[in-house]
Amino acid sequence: MSLATFKGGIHPPDRKELSAGAAITTPKPPERVVIPLSQHTGAPCNPLVSVGQEVKKGEVIGTAEAFVSAPVHSSVSGKVIAISEFPVPVGRLIPSIVIENNGQEEWTELKESPDYMNLSPEEIKEKIKAAGIVGLGGAAFPTAVKLSPPKEKPIDTVILNGAECEPYLTADYRLMLEKPKEIIEGLKILMKTLGVSKGFVGIENNKPDAVQKMKEAAASESNIEVCALEVKYPQGAEKMLIKALTDREIPPRGLPMDVGVVVQNVGTALAIYEAVRYGKPLIERVVSVTGAGINQPKNLMTKIGTLISHLVEECGGFKSGSAKVVAGGPMMGFALYSLDVPVTKGTSGILVMSESEMVHAEDYKPCIRCGRCVDICPMNLMPSMLSVLSEAGFYEEAKEYNLFDCFECGSCAYVCPSKRPIVQFVRLAKSMVKP
Amino acid sequence: MEAVKKERELIVSVSPHIRSEESVTKIMWTVNIALLPALFMGVYFFGLRALFVTALCIISAIASEWLVQKMAGREITISDGSAFLTGLLLGMNLPATAPFYIPIMGSFIAVAITKQLFGGLGFNIFNPALIGRAFVLITWPRAMTTWIEPTAALTGLDAKTTATPLGILKEEGLEQLLEIFGTKMNLYAELFVGHRAGSLGETSVIALLIGAGILLYKRYITWHIPFSFLGTVAVLAWVFGGKDPETGKLVLFAGDPLIHLLSGGLILGAFFMATDYVTVPTVRKGQIIFGIGCGLITMLIRLKGGYPEGVMFAILLMNCFTPLIDRNLKTKPFGFVKKKEGK
Repeated sequence: MSLATFKGGIHPPDRKELSAGAAITTPKPPERVVIPLSQHTGAPCNPLVSVGQEVKKGEVIGTAEAFVSAPVHSSVSGKVIAISEFPVPVGRLIPSIVIENNGQEEWTELKESPDYMNLSPEEIKEKIKAAGIVGLGGAAFPTAVKLSPPKEKPIDTVILNGAECEPYLTADYRLMLEKPKEIIEGLKILMKTLGVSKGFVGIENNKPDAVQKMKEAAASESNIEVCALEVKYPQGAEKMLIKALTDREIPPRGLPMDVGVVVQNVGTALAIYEAVRYGKPLIERVVSVTGAGINQPKNLMTKIGTLISHLVEECGGFKSGSAKVVAGGPMMGFALYSLDVPVTKGTSGILVMSESEMVHAEDYKPCIRCGRCVDICPMNLMPSMLSVLSEAGFYEEAKEYNLFDCFECGSCAYVCPSKRPIVQFVRLAKSMVKP
Repeated sequence: MEAVKKERELIVSVSPHIRSEESVTKIMWTVNIALLPALFMGVYFFGLRALFVTALCIISAIASEWLVQKMAGREITISDGSAFLTGLLLGMNLPATAPFYIPIMGSFIAVAITKQLFGGLGFNIFNPALIGRAFVLITWPRAMTTWIEPTAALTGLDAKTTATPLGILKEEGLEQLLEIFGTKMNLYAELFVGHRAGSLGETSVIALLIGAGILLYKRYITWHIPFSFLGTVAVLAWVFGGKDPETGKLVLFAGDPLIHLLSGGLILGAFFMATDYVTVPTVRKGQIIFGIGCGLITMLIRLKGGYPEGVMFAILLMNCFTPLIDRNLKTKPFGFVKKKEGK
């Protein structure tokens, strides 16, 4: 039987074995957390606290009026010691609230809803918004917004993304093994909120035990289908996932709702369940700390705002010869210049790469037009032309090659025999012209 | 603390942070290796002189590349295997009897003019080896069309001169060809093994197919160009290749496609030169058009032109069309075709 998938894509070694066996553990509490006021796509939050103020765990410390935004909460109990700009994993400086942890783990009052399946869609969305939930797959788009599609875009399907197609990362995998019931509950909440009768969970087939667990958890749900997907990057990209599971293609620059679908990461589904059932805000997430350069790869239930240096220490520090630290996966993650950046809602992994795994991107050669990138581009673009045009400064011309349809998955740069930094060329061109 | 010490040494670069093992150098050397069986057969049939001609081509090609890059102050890239490949391909496209200045001049034109002056690897419009060959063919037509019999003797110096099967087919007809080779089956067999007059590396179809198989298996080339090229040649040879033995008039649907497929530089050209990444279309659909175009021009020259063989000019002419084909066959982005399905 051939597994569901999309056209194109690549097969990098998945290296999940490094951390796949490590059950989710909680690191020792950080002395302080740095909570950026903007960890999501959309309007940044304004601080609701001031320096010196005591806060409880789970307390709202920043909100925004805008529709597309998500509030932030304290992940510890303790005292606000600073509000100023701090670097985040993607490299920018973001206004952040620094809280000193008093170690008491005193929760703010949470509003539980034992009969959560009887809540109205509006009440559920309100709870999800209040909990500050954003997409945990990496893009960090506010979930409540995704659940409020305009009337002219009827939704008939919800897909949970358990593909975890980025090599190395095992955070979603561990969650599916350890909390399958809760994830399925989260999916049911999503389906109810959207009034949808069809739910999918898509999981790459390199995680057969996770597929099994999720199937068991969904056994009694006749309208939820757990599907094994071909192991191929970027299987977990929204467009590719929807194509694989429903055979629908999102039009260029369209959104999943254009084809009647809402996609959420499995971790997000868990956060939704916990927010709706227990009123728990999004103050922690699973982070895979892995790679050939770290001593003890682990999957850590990490408080948002924990510094990455703290996690590195928790995992036994670097091995000798470690050279690069990436926030996220190796295909789309950001290389860090400092370890003193906090884990944000969108940080799915910390990858420590050793010298032997390094690619020296500066030694690239001219495009030899071999066409490998054209063959594998999941968006069916011509990355070779985009890179050549961008390199020569022909940014407007790059638009004729559908520059803005590229979502920068990096598959082209992965296969390029000339080792061209195609993603960088694409980003450069995108920044130089209007869509 | 280890983490703090390390921090200053962290490497920052753009994603993706992992890359495939493939490299230009690896591809070029693999193609070079894939050509060796055919070169070996060439040396076996045409003697050590064949090896000398090829080696001289390779050395001249590398020297030309080094010279131009040195003069232009560019990075020296002779180890990437591409100049070696150009020299090797040119050598395999020459008669084993070519005088020493032909390999030297051919390689210089190929690498210095056709490749380096256009900007080096990746920027040339025409296949370098073929421009080199076209140049020497036009400049020294007699030396370039003097063929020796495949004597299978290592010296090969006292071998008798003869015409290539395509030359005989063109000038004297199929009957004469069969008279020389005996039966048709024997003709096919000799062509397949490469026991016939011709350029030193083009004759052994079996050896070339072994090399082509390696490249197809490694996915360094795909079927699109070679098969559309060969298919077009076969169809045209079958439709227009037949002649009435008495009157010499065209008889439709009576040609022998196998003779055309197995002779001349077709197999070498279709698998190793019409597949040169730089000078052919990138999009698969465009590659099929390119292959069909190559087949059309090849057969036009073989059946109607002044030369017995047309593969070289066919590929070079189609190289001209590559930018046009590429520009008009841009891929359609994901979701484009089914745009209306999105409700």
